[in-house]
Amino acid sequence: MKDNNISRREFLKRLGIGASAAGLAMAGCDSTAKKSESDTSGSAAGNGEMTYRTNPKTGEKVSLLGYGCMRWPTVTGESARDGADDIDQEMVNKLVDTAIAHGVNYFDTSPAYCKGRSEHVTGIALSRHPRQSYYLATKLSNFAPSTWNREASLEIYRNSLKELQTDYIDYMLLHGVGMGDGMKEFEQRYVDNGILDFLLKEREAGRIRNLGFSYHGDVRVFDHLLSEHDKYKWDFVQIQLNYVDWKHAKEVNPRNTDAEYLYTELEKRGIPAIIMEPLLGGRLSNVPDHIVGRLKQQEPERSVASWAFRYAGSHPGVLTVLSGMTYMEHLEDNLSSFCPLKQLTDEEMAFLYDTADLMMKFPTIPCNDCKYCMPCPYGIDIPSILLHYNKCVNHGNVPEDTQAENYAEARRAFLVGYDRSVPRLRQASHCIGCNQCSPHCPQSIDIPGELHRIDGYVETLKTTPA
Amino acid sequence: MLKRVRQGLAALSITMVTLLFLDFTGTAAAWFGWMAKIQFLPALLAVNAGVIISLVVLTLLFGRLYCSVICPLGIMQDGLAALGRRARRNRYGFSPEKKILRYTMLAVMAAAVILGVHVAVALLAPYSAYGRIVQSFLSPLWDEGNNLLAEWSARRDSYAFYSTDVRMRGLTPLITAAVTLTALAILSWRNGRTYCNTICPVGTVLGFLSKFSLFRPVIDVTKCNGCGLCARNCKSACINPKKHTVDYSRCVACFDCIGKCRRGAITYSRRRPKPIAEKPESGPDSSRRSFLTIAAAFTATAALKAEEKTVDGGLAAIENKKAPARKTKIVPPGAAGIANLESHCTACQLCVSACPNGVLRPSSDLSTLMQPESGYELGYCRPECTRCSEVCPTGAIRPITRADKSSTQIGHAVWIKANCIPLTDGVSCGNCARHCPTGAITMIASDPADGNSPQVPAVNTERCIGCGACENLCPSRPFSAIYVEGHQQHRLV
Repeated sequence: MKDNNISRREFLKRLGIGASAAGLAMAGCDSTAKKSESDTSGSAAGNGEMTYRTNPKTGEKVSLLGYGCMRWPTVTGESARDGADDIDQEMVNKLVDTAIAHGVNYFDTSPAYCKGRSEHVTGIALSRHPRQSYYLATKLSNFAPSTWNREASLEIYRNSLKELQTDYIDYMLLHGVGMGDGMKEFEQRYVDNGILDFLLKEREAGRIRNLGFSYHGDVRVFDHLLSEHDKYKWDFVQIQLNYVDWKHAKEVNPRNTDAEYLYTELEKRGIPAIIMEPLLGGRLSNVPDHIVGRLKQQEPERSVASWAFRYAGSHPGVLTVLSGMTYMEHLEDNLSSFCPLKQLTDEEMAFLYDTADLMMKFPTIPCNDCKYCMPCPYGIDIPSILLHYNKCVNHGNVPEDTQAENYAEARRAFLVGYDRSVPRLRQASHCIGCNQCSPHCPQSIDIPGELHRIDGYVETLKTTPA
Repeated sequence: MLKRVRQGLAALSITMVTLLFLDFTGTAAAWFGWMAKIQFLPALLAVNAGVIISLVVLTLLFGRLYCSVICPLGIMQDGLAALGRRARRNRYGFSPEKKILRYTMLAVMAAAVILGVHVAVALLAPYSAYGRIVQSFLSPLWDEGNNLLAEWSARRDSYAFYSTDVRMRGLTPLITAAVTLTALAILSWRNGRTYCNTICPVGTVLGFLSKFSLFRPVIDVTKCNGCGLCARNCKSACINPKKHTVDYSRCVACFDCIGKCRRGAITYSRRRPKPIAEKPESGPDSSRRSFLTIAAAFTATAALKAEEKTVDGGLAAIENKKAPARKTKIVPPGAAGIANLESHCTACQLCVSACPNGVLRPSSDLSTLMQPESGYELGYCRPECTRCSEVCPTGAIRPITRADKSSTQIGHAVWIKANCIPLTDGVSCGNCARHCPTGAITMIASDPADGNSPQVPAVNTERCIGCGACENLCPSRPFSAIYVEGHQQHRLV
């Protein structure tokens, strides 16, 4: 339920931002230069040329925007990833048609997506187009231990061909290597049962045109598979890459590995990278206000999400950037980012890394002031402290260091505002960490941890005048 | 003309000194801090040779200008006297010098400084007396006015003003200031600079020097008709109209007489003057205007009213901290030790006014009456702050860098087992260890045999600098479970 809400909210937000941004942006690249006002129907997309990248093995041109098929819309207008309602096949057809019309030719699905329904609807939508007009990517998603045996795995593969209404797969992936137990699980899923050998044979036979894997989690599996590159000849590898994960992957998820490392390892071996999670699960489109302002200041006509897409696409070794587009507005916004791709400059890259540093250093705390934690037996005004902090984060008053251009004003706003919002005796410095509050928090905030972190920050600000 | 210049300079100087005491943001201290440092007695105690020599030279050249334009207590008396002038003009008269009293008081002062009778020094020092008056009576008004502005700016989401605690820093300075102010008001209203010419030791020293001053008001006997108007307007009662003489030891170079003389018989000129004719100065009486300028500084904030901020109902009550009985008092870093502070401090309260953390307060101990001492009930001696050391004019608290401060041991923390929350409330704490700037506190199991027993602080007294973060932030109330014992002599750790 929670996810549903977020996705709907995100939808509305994206609808707003996306529609206006797409309108503006498209009007910009539209050769007929219509007024943006006329572009609210959502049917028209960018008129520029899609940017393509070349697969070094086959020489085929792959659209830099790839369609991720894990979030098809349901009839109730949700993402099928979250909702249980039927997928809206008509809408899927429309999305696919629009995408193809604007040059998208890479569709990425999996037997696991949309509660197992994605391949079916994707197959229906795509089969309405000539088979050679698009590239199909799917995966061997034998996640459940019951499917780790050879027969069950083969069944999954055969079913993919059937559902996608085809007799060959353009891009076949070992799905999610590095997950679970890491190496052990990898061997059980793909090596011990001979499935990897089977897939290699299928590639020789031409039923699999490119073979690769998607990587999550244990980096040892990634390293191992690359060290065996001479043996397997990976045609591509799918990795998580975005401007936050480039250097902060461990902070997002301790199991993850910095995209910088992953990408560089692939580049060294000349293996094309396919990018997933360019938006970090939506976190790079739904950002704090001060980040919105920061990005809008640079490119007022582009959406917040466009930065993340352009970032991913700006790496030359990237074959395609996947986006799970549920709504036409997503598609249109993304088309305007990739038709054609406006390569990020070095300065813009640096700017995004700074933004990522800011986001990772100062994310807002999910406190909604319900006051379930109160009263603190030691008199701390917990919600006021957290809300003051969030306010400062969103107003850009949480300077990273003295080099920040607004350091003096931001420091003053933070400290003066802190004393205003919270009497000194009720500030975070008096939190003893007894942890009587945390169990009451519906958001599972580590309250003492956050208070001590804020207190440490206040201490830094106090001891570091401008 | 000279009188106007004097009044303008005096107004400027008293405004600067007053702001020094009022402004809690430290801005005034940065700009006008030197005003406190050029005060005679503080400079003498700080052995600030440059200032002392300059003041001596100034006096030898121009007479007791110091008393007219630099000493805030003198300027304040002129202001008070101006009030009286409205009621009665020409009210002063010549009186002979009270030499015995003057030199006795000077001797008392010298003895007090040498013997370390701090109360006497504190009471006699003119600049300090003024400081206490501002601190006791103007500071609260200023702060209240500021808080009103702060509230107003908060409503507009501006961070231009921030509120400060309005509180009485000590009863003794308040009473002393009240007595001083009343006495001075009466004396100056009735007789002008009586205090300066009988009691003030600085006045006596400078008076002795000004006897030999190069420039001085001189009566041209050929022009004087002996009307005595000058004498009746001399606040120092130093003009003897019958003998046409001026007692230069008491003249504070206010130049009032020059303008008063209808015959232009008085000139501010070289010691052996050629009789020069000068037009009598006429024009509006600007002394009233200048008084109003000064008075404005005094009362600008008087009309503003404070608003008390109340605390939300949903919060647990917090009991106020009480000061523990310390065996040795704590004095701030820069003081070098209790002896240095006591022997140099004139109890002007400038450091107390400047302390942004509520740490410094005037001592109520008779032997060190009104001299500053530290306490950590309201705040602690924060690592980034060196304000008291910057403002102190006497060398009682010497300038100290932040780096030096954070390695200067002014005391050490003592743990009181009976108050410690993990033992009494059974909750984990460690707030002292978390906030110790030198990492002198380690949390250890209270029961050596049981590693899982409640964690209590262990103080490494060698690393502790006595800043009081632990004492102030200890959740135990009213008495902290950890408190600081002062050291007689500070040292670097």
